[in-house]
Formats: sequence, structure tokens, C-alpha cells
Amino acid sequence: MTVTYESAIGRYEPVFGLETHVELGTRTKMFCGCGTTFGAEPNSQTCPVCLGLPGSLPVVNRRAIEYTIKIGLALNCSIASWCRFARKNYFYPDMPKNFQISQYDEPLCVDGYLDVAVGGKTVRVGIERVHLEEDTGKSLHVGGATGRIQGAEYSLVDYNRAGIPLVEIVTKPVPGTGFLAPEGAKAYVTELRDVLRTLGVSDVRMEEGSLRCDVNTSISPRGSGSWGTRTETKNVNSLRSVERSVRSEIARQAEVLDGGGRVIQETRHFHEDTGVTTSGRSKEEAQDYRYFPEPDLVPVAPDEEWVKAIAATLPELPSARRARLIESWSLSELEFEALRNAGALDVVEATIAAGASPADARKWWLSELARRANDMGIEVSELPITPAEVARVAELVAAGTLNDRLARQVIEGVLDEEGTPDEVVAARGLAVVSDDSALLTAIDEAIAANPDVVARIRSGRVQAVGVLVGAVMKATGGKADAARVRQLIMDRLS
Amino acid sequence: MDELITMTAADLSAAMAAGEVSAAEVTTAHLDRIAAVDDRVKAFLHVAGDDALAQAREVDARRKAGEPLGPLAGVPVAVKDLFTTVGMPTTCGSKILQGWRPPYESTITRRLRDAGAVLIGKTNMDEFAMGSSTENSGFGPSHNPWDLDKVPGGSSGGSSAAVAAYEAPLALGTDTGGSIRQPAAVCGVVGTKPTYGGSSRYGVVAFASSLDTPGPLGRTVLDAALLHEVMSGHDPMDSTSINAPVPPVVEAARHADVAGLRIGVVSEFSGDGYQPGVMTRFTEAVDLLEALGAKVTEISCPHFKYALPAYYLIAPSEASSNLARFDGMRYGLRTGTGSAEEVMALTRAAGFGAEVKRRIILGTYALSSGYYDAYYGKAQQVRTLIIRDFDAAFSQVDVLISPVTPTTAFPLGERVDDPMAMYLADLCTIPTDLAGNAAISVPCGLADEDGLPAGLQVMAPPLADDRLYRVAAAVEAALEQRWGHPLLAEAKGLAR
Repeated sequence: MTVTYESAIGRYEPVFGLETHVELGTRTKMFCGCGTTFGAEPNSQTCPVCLGLPGSLPVVNRRAIEYTIKIGLALNCSIASWCRFARKNYFYPDMPKNFQISQYDEPLCVDGYLDVAVGGKTVRVGIERVHLEEDTGKSLHVGGATGRIQGAEYSLVDYNRAGIPLVEIVTKPVPGTGFLAPEGAKAYVTELRDVLRTLGVSDVRMEEGSLRCDVNTSISPRGSGSWGTRTETKNVNSLRSVERSVRSEIARQAEVLDGGGRVIQETRHFHEDTGVTTSGRSKEEAQDYRYFPEPDLVPVAPDEEWVKAIAATLPELPSARRARLIESWSLSELEFEALRNAGALDVVEATIAAGASPADARKWWLSELARRANDMGIEVSELPITPAEVARVAELVAAGTLNDRLARQVIEGVLDEEGTPDEVVAARGLAVVSDDSALLTAIDEAIAANPDVVARIRSGRVQAVGVLVGAVMKATGGKADAARVRQLIMDRLS
Repeated sequence: MDELITMTAADLSAAMAAGEVSAAEVTTAHLDRIAAVDDRVKAFLHVAGDDALAQAREVDARRKAGEPLGPLAGVPVAVKDLFTTVGMPTTCGSKILQGWRPPYESTITRRLRDAGAVLIGKTNMDEFAMGSSTENSGFGPSHNPWDLDKVPGGSSGGSSAAVAAYEAPLALGTDTGGSIRQPAAVCGVVGTKPTYGGSSRYGVVAFASSLDTPGPLGRTVLDAALLHEVMSGHDPMDSTSINAPVPPVVEAARHADVAGLRIGVVSEFSGDGYQPGVMTRFTEAVDLLEALGAKVTEISCPHFKYALPAYYLIAPSEASSNLARFDGMRYGLRTGTGSAEEVMALTRAAGFGAEVKRRIILGTYALSSGYYDAYYGKAQQVRTLIIRDFDAAFSQVDVLISPVTPTTAFPLGERVDDPMAMYLADLCTIPTDLAGNAAISVPCGLADEDGLPAGLQVMAPPLADDRLYRVAAAVEAALEQRWGHPLLAEAKGLAR
């Protein structure tokens, strides 16, 4: 590709939109009692219903309806007082009935929004609809180069996934993000994932396919006032890929338009390895799904009382929490982002609850502990240290018992499972030397050994005192309070 | 003829309860009858044989052990071949399912087994219940026991023929556009389409989901009621199943009394296309009911004339989707090699018969984008109008009556190449299916022209199935008194 994203975005205005599929974390499937455990023996979680055997009938999982209403409420949608399932008809071997029970023109939740922080400002992403459907089976195409059904020697189908409740969340088109469109698309999925995780309705693991994205992208010349033809990119299976696929699609479409061509409305596939999209089947010759109301199911009519009861159980959502934490911890947006991206919100909040100041809690979790977690390849929340222990370390520092350097050693000791912070302090003998007479001996030695430095200090270059402080800290094995040492030196030399 | 095979289910049940005869003897008598006549009637696609005898012996053992047994214990029941049954194949009369043995049991056959009924075999039918003569069966037609050159009706023609030929006292059918009532009428037996949702569809291979209704066939009104009661009731496995008590159908069948009942004669169901002999018997039945004390009026249902075209949009539309799963990938027939799509296409081309293909194409077209509103959508609106016609009628009368079919049994082969003529056999039965109401077919005599049975249809509002049995039992009793014997005793060929 010769057109870069940077050059494309200077000339074209992008619009993006996302269709996100989320597997709900219900214990049983959408229309039968089969289990939903990920990674079970192929076809071990099946029955006549999810295999679509002749004569079998679906029965709606009430918990799946509840979860979907929960999602709708969290995304500020209206909840339909009456809606129906519909059949989406198409032939494919991993579809047991050769139709999918979905929703068509009567979705359960409509017309909401999700506020997303992009580049320090808030973008409101409109939600078109949230509807409920059943997942398909999973095909494994064996032989052939591409792993696709074309050219495969044979295919294996695992119907364990068939019938798992799947929620589809469709955004309205999002214009106006300009250069930040790829980042905005990623931020939306990130925020959505956090919302879903907070609601506890899905484990939202993109790598296991429980959250999957189709990304729509179009561009139009800047100032044209109209939108271009969109493409739908499938197979976007990580947050990073969401961003990359929008970037690459914007550049690709710009190249097409620059060359006088027109963008074809089509499905495209994103390739993780190369970061580009390639053409799939064209939507212009799209299948006719022949939707019609599912006659095997009665309409779903969530009464107002039930919706209210569900609303009352909604936990604090990420956006509300964000506002609350920024306010009470006096953070900037960027500082908040840093905490969230480090996955440290919960532990910092718990550390503060255990008595640490917001600044101390943030400092420890974002620096020393983040580094250790990174070294170990785990989340900060998975470190073998509790927020209460971190709060205790901060308390010891504030009391002057520890300085930062010693505190790091204490944390190291706790992480090495040597005991609580107090036990580590005692066992390693890490308390700060606070006896002035012991310090004064070391200070006098340092003054005696550095007459030139003393001369400079006395001539007004006070910052040279650092050399003497360093010498004293070295002599005391780092167990001195540096500020106190400095004060004592200045007193001595005055 | 062995006396056991001519007894009603109610009498068999009483005889077994009294220890006069064992379930094994009853089953053996019916298996012998099947062996003797079914090469001519061809009512069965599968005869359970030893398995049926084993079921019967188990009932005898349970009775010996003093277990409380229901009214159908030990009574043989023939099962239309679209109920899934463990241990017996289920083909739906289609080559595409030839040899398929379902791994699960339908709710209704499970209830029958639990009640001690003996599932004696699976009966022939029009492929996937699409037809009115059994001639669309992938395995050849069944024959009408009254005249083997005539059709037994359809799609539950194997069930109606089995009951009329004394191969079983009772049979299960399904009614989507008349598929229980029409074959019952042309075979001179009783058949009921219960209220939609009154009998479970779980394990009943779907033709048109919003219409399919399993129901009973028997030689008497009481027998049909006994089966109706055992097979019915709420099923949590079927979302469209009604969670309400089963209407007291057996009690109604035992207390036939129409005095004071308001009966409406549907004025649209007469005239051109109606066989005079059928109309004569029908008119006599109307007079009879009046003589029994019913208040008879004529009622117009102006939208019933649109029922047939609406039905032929809705039923094929649903069928086109329901039958998509038969693709050779997981069970049943698989034909050809190549890509998955090629195998699916070749399998469906080889496995489905002409009428099934016709309806799949009709339905696929009616649901297509751009045509949906004009066809499927419009048909659903007509359905609403028909429901309103029924509502208006039932605000004036307790039940509606009409002939079941415009003609008696027609000759085999006569209508196979004329789908429209075949579809007209269901003219009077379709409105009930579209509205989800209940209706019964009860014999009302023989047409003078051909000496073949004609049926009286009684229609009731949803969940008022008991009214059907009240009226039908009254007609049955009065006519039997007039004739001096059950109508079937007049059957010439096989019944003798």
C-alpha cells in the first residue's frame, strides 16, 4: 500500500461503526439446558435442541433475557415491552437447523449510547440496538491452505458452541473523530468490554471468542458533507486489531478513491499477521436471509416491574466510577487512563480504603508493583501482595520508619512471601536510622572527607550538599532519612 | 374377525382391567390383523412387532403387581411417523429420513408409554405431512379400507386407515390444515384437532410450526376423547404449549347432550364443488341436532374464503425454514460428493418428493426480501381477520358446524397431478388451523353416490375442546340408534 494512514486522514473524513457479538456467561444455553463450559470435549455439550434434531423445540433462557436487559440498561437503551425472535435463514454446516434464531426488526433494546474517552475528550457512541440470538457451532476445516471451507479436505464441526446465548450490540455510525477514529473504535470496544465485565454478564475474552467484533469503516473527502460506501471487516479479534483494522481500511479506501475507483460495499477479512484486510464475499450480492418471526417461540414481554428490578441491581458502571474517582482522587483524565490501562483501579481503590493516600496508592501500584507484575507477566491484581499490605508500607514511609528505598525492599520481601510488611522490616532490619547521634558521626566523617564540597556549599552552591547526603546514606546502608540527613548537614555547616 | 380387534379402546380397557383378557393378547390380535391386511391397506411404515408385545407384557406385569393403571393401559396405539420414537424409525414419509432412529422420545409418545399404551407401529403419511391423500409419501400410498382404490385422506391417512381397518383402536395424527379431520372423515372414523398449544409439539417433526397440532383418531367419540386426554396438557419443552388444565373431554364424551346448545352452520361451506351426497348427510345431521334440542342458526364467516390462499403462503413459508435442516450433514440421507453445498443440494434433490419441493419453493419465494409484505405479511393479516370471524361467531353460538370435506374419498391417482384440486380437500378445515381453535370430525353417514363416508365438522373456541365431544357424542349416539350399528359395520371390503 502506498497511501499511508497519515496522508489519507489529512484528506478524508472517516466514519466507523461496530457490531459486537458477546457470548453471555449463562450456565446453560439460550434454548436448552446444555452446559456452556469453554473448551469441553467436542460435541459433549449437546442435546436434540441445540443439535436441531427433527421435532426438537427451543425454550428461552430467562437468565439470557435478564442479562440482555442489563446490557441494554447499562448502554442507556429503551427496553422493548414486547418483542419477538426471528429466524435468519441460511445454509451452513455449523448451523444445526440451517437457520439461526435471532432478532430482526423487533430487538429487545434500542436507541442508547456509550460515552467513550478518546484523546482526552468524551465521544458519545450511539447504540442502535442490542439483540439476543444463538451462537453457531464451530467448524474446523482440515487440509487446504487457508483454513477456510474452500479447498479443505474435510471439515469437523463442534456443536458445543451452538446455542450459546449471543448478544449483538450495534452502534450507530460514529462520524467526527477524524484522526482519532482508529483509537476511538478501540476505545469503544475497551469501554464496552469494561461495562460487560462490570455487569458480570460475560467473561468477555476476545482470545476465546466470547467477544467478537465486526468493524464498519467508510471515508469521504473532507468537506464533502456526505458519507462514503462502507465495508465490514470481520475476524477482528483483539483490541489492537480493532484499531489496526480501521487504520488499514482507511488507508486502503483512500488509495482506491485516489486512483479514481469506488469503494465496494463488501465484507473484508482482517489479517492479524500483516495488519491488512482482504476482500471476502461481496455484500452487493448478499444472501436473502428471509427473516420471519420464529413461530416456535412466544413473544418476549418484559414487564416494567421486572425491568425496574433489574435496573436496581446494576453495579456502578465504569463511566460513573471514572467520574467519581477522578473527582475524589484529584486525577487528570490521563492519570486515570494510566491507572485503568494498568488494570490497577481496583487495587488502588482498595489500598486507599485501607488507609493510604490516593497519591501514595497510585505511586506504589503504578511504579514498583507495575514493574514487578510486568516482569512476572501477570496483572498487578495477581501479585502476591494485598492492598492492605501496600497501605501499610505507605503508612511506614509516612511515619518516617521507612524511606522509599527501604520501602521497595519491604515490598520485595512481601512479594517473596517473607511475611507481612512489619515482619519483613523486622526480619531484614530495614528501619530507618533515626538516632541523630549515630547520624552525626557519619556526617562528621563525610564533612571531613570532602573539604572541597564543604567549601562549595559555604560559597553558596547549596545543591552540592547532595554529595554529602549520598556519602552519609552510603555509610548508613541506606537506612537514614535523607531529608533529615540534609537538615543535619546544613545545621552543621551553618 | 377376532372380536378383540373390533372392540373399542374403552371396552378393551375395561376387559383388561377386569382380567378377562391380557394386554399381550390384545396386542397379538392387532399384530395378527396387521399381518393379515396391511399388505393391502399399507397403513404402516413400521410395525413394532416384538417390541409392541414387550410393551404389552410389561403392562400385564404392572397390572399383576397391582400398580394403578390409566384408561389406555394395554391399548394399542398407531403413531403417525412424524413423532420421534426411541427404538422405532421416524421417517415423516420421506426418503430423506429413511432409516433415521431418533435418539429422543416425543412428549406425547412418552406420555402414552407412561400411561401403558402400546405403541404398535408407525403409520404412513404424506411426506412431512404435506398432502391430503398419502400419495405424497416417499414409500407409496395407503389405501382406504372402505374401497382400496380410494385414498384414505391425508396427511394422517395411515393413521385413519389403520383405525378404520381395525389394525389399531386408536392412532395419533397431526393436523396442520386438516390432516386429522379430513382422513378421519373419508375413512369413517373420529378425529380431533385440539386447540393449538393444547397438545405438545416436542418431538413432532415440524411442517408449519404455528399450525401443527397433534391429535387423536379413534373409531368412537369416547375413544378419541380418552386418547385426547392422555396426550394433552402443558409441556415445558414446547414454548407454545398452553399452561391450562386439559378441557374435560372424556366427561363431555360420556355426557352427550346438546339441548339448549347454540349451533351455527357456516354458510360459506356449501355450493359449487360440494358433493350432493355429502351435503345431504350434512343437512340431515343439522336437522338431527335441532331435533335433539340444539338451537341452530346460520352464521356467515366472510373471510373464510381467503383461508386457503393464506394457508398456502403461511404453511409453505414456515416449512421452507423448518425443512432446511435436512441437508445430509448430520442424519438421514446423504447423496453425492464434493463441497458441502453440493452435497446439501444433491441430498435435498434426491431426498424430497415433488410436493415438498413445490412448497419449499413457494415458501422461499413468499419470504423473500421484497415479497414478504405482499405474501407472508398479508397472509398473517388474513389470519387475523379469520380469527375475528370466529370471535364474532362464537359471540353468538357455542359451536360452528360444517362438512369436513367437500367430497368423499377420491380415487387414488385422481388428483396427484392437480395440486389445486388436492388442496381443495382442506377447504373447510383450514380456518380452524389458522385460528388455533379446536375441531372434530365425526362420521355422519354414507354419501348416496358412492357409499363412502361423509364427516360432520364441529368447531369450538380455543380451550373449549370439550364442546366438540359433547356435540359429536350426541350425533354419534343418535345416528347409531338410527342405523342400528356403528357406521364402520357397513364398510364393505376389509372390515368384513
